[in-house]
Amino acid sequence: MTQRIVIVGASLGGLRAAEALRAQHFAGEIVVIGDEVHAPYNRPPLSKEVLADQVSHEAVAFRQRASVSDVIWHLGDAAQSLSGTTVTTQSGTRFDADGVVIATGIRPRTIPLAGAASRRMTLRTLDDAVALRKRLQPGAKVLVVGAGFIGCEVAATATTLGCQVSVVAVDEEPMIRPLAVSFGAALRQRHEARGVTFHLGAGIQAIDETPEGAAATLDDGTQLEASVIVEAIGSIPNVEWLEGQGFDLTDGVLCDNDMRVIGGEHVVAVGDVARFPNPLFDDAPRRIEHWNIPTDTARRAVTTLLGDLGLGEGSKESFTPMPAFWSDQFDLRLQAFGLPGLAGNEPSDVTIECGDLSGDVVVAYRNHGRLVGIVGIGFNKELQALRAEIGMAR
Amino acid sequence: MKIVVDMNVCQDHGQCVFAAPEIFSLDDDGHLVYQSDVDEALREKAEDAADVCPLQAIVVED
Ligand SMILES: Cc1cc2nc3c(=O)[nH]c(=O)nc-3n(C[C@H](O)[C@H](O)[C@H](O)COP(=O)(O)OP(=O)(O)OC[C@H]3O[C@@H](n4cnc5c(N)ncnc54)[C@H](O)[C@@H]3O)c2cc1C
Ligand code: SF4
Repeated sequence: MTQRIVIVGASLGGLRAAEALRAQHFAGEIVVIGDEVHAPYNRPPLSKEVLADQVSHEAVAFRQRASVSDVIWHLGDAAQSLSGTTVTTQSGTRFDADGVVIATGIRPRTIPLAGAASRRMTLRTLDDAVALRKRLQPGAKVLVVGAGFIGCEVAATATTLGCQVSVVAVDEEPMIRPLAVSFGAALRQRHEARGVTFHLGAGIQAIDETPEGAAATLDDGTQLEASVIVEAIGSIPNVEWLEGQGFDLTDGVLCDNDMRVIGGEHVVAVGDVARFPNPLFDDAPRRIEHWNIPTDTARRAVTTLLGDLGLGEGSKESFTPMPAFWSDQFDLRLQAFGLPGLAGNEPSDVTIECGDLSGDVVVAYRNHGRLVGIVGIGFNKELQALRAEIGMAR
Repeated sequence: MKIVVDMNVCQDHGQCVFAAPEIFSLDDDGHLVYQSDVDEALREKAEDAADVCPLQAIVVED
């Protein structure tokens, strides 16, 4: 009988899992279930060059390897439940499988306040980007809530498009969690110099509809008018369809170091939704929302799944993917490796390795003397050299 | 096998350098340099490099 593997989630992680199955000689049937109607596409440009330019599926679609031309794409229908290795979708279609790959990613969290619904948007999907792009007209007042990477990228792109942009966040500085206060403050100044206004350390009390659009009221009573509000305050893993299986769904789906879902049999997970320990740092399971992780985890998860199904050797080496991240904001490109957010609280834990914070710079993040992350603007060569030291004692 | 990198798109991320150092490297200014004619034995590595390029700038041709 032909064997079948079902992949749920038709984005980067799902595509890479399908490609890995073929690369690792799985000859059976591969079905990819996705709730979006689009074939897999690249998300990072949706807040950067593509948002600034023209948003279309052609601009962001992933090239697919020839080896996956026979994959069955079941798109526009969400998986509703899992039972063992059987997936049932919203439309009632049932897929029995020998193995399941969970690749359902995350969705944006939204502000738990009602009001001005038609003015509020989030940015995760191509459809979100198309809708947002329409609102980013020159002169439009844009309010970005959240000062993480996506919030800051949207602020930069909208400013470049001629919008008047304010950013509100409860944090003391933008991108503070991974980057620390000093670097965050330096980046804020660079945004301010280009016209972005920040309201930091501020929560939102209310959002109301107004004749011009919407008004947000901050904790201190400040009122901010906007024609569009972009909510970029974090994410929620898409795990509801996995309930009732005995999995740990506390924050994503808990996996072992081989990407096996704990509590499942012949079920693995990849990408943003997977919480797994990475011995490069420690034994604490974490989700990593970085673009390179779906590819790395897909390869490992497939090796594990095929091994468990008796179709491969599995792997005995521990799995230690290097998180890699970048962000484009105005003319600045940040590149990061490792997990800078794991830095300790000592002043000596965050150091400038080259350059300075007002220009090109490399910042190193340490914890008890161990390099855990590096972030740079420019200095490509130096960054590449330091990357090799991440995880090692120094 | 031929490798083509769209240098208008490439932003010197250097992810490809880690995936396939036999093919890709950064010069002293931190800009990408690569070999365009590559031995068939490196196909898997070349495909890996194409996968990890955040700008999807690398095309592996037959
Ligand atoms: C605007 C934006 C900018 C970004 N910029 C960067 C960047 O500069 N650098 C970087 O490193 N990373 C960036 N990222 C993060 C990166 O895009 C993600 O890490 C990556 O997309 C994760 O891939 P994934 O396949 O795990 O999950 P996702 O891409 O989230 O894909 C999951 C898919 O599963 C679908 N799905 C969910 N539930 C179900 C269900 N029940 N049934 C069927 N399908 C379902 C979803 O709709 C989605 O299509 C950015 C993300 C966004 C949104
Ligand atoms: S990974 Fe892509 S963008 Fe980066 S240097 Fe290589 S080809 Fe250029």
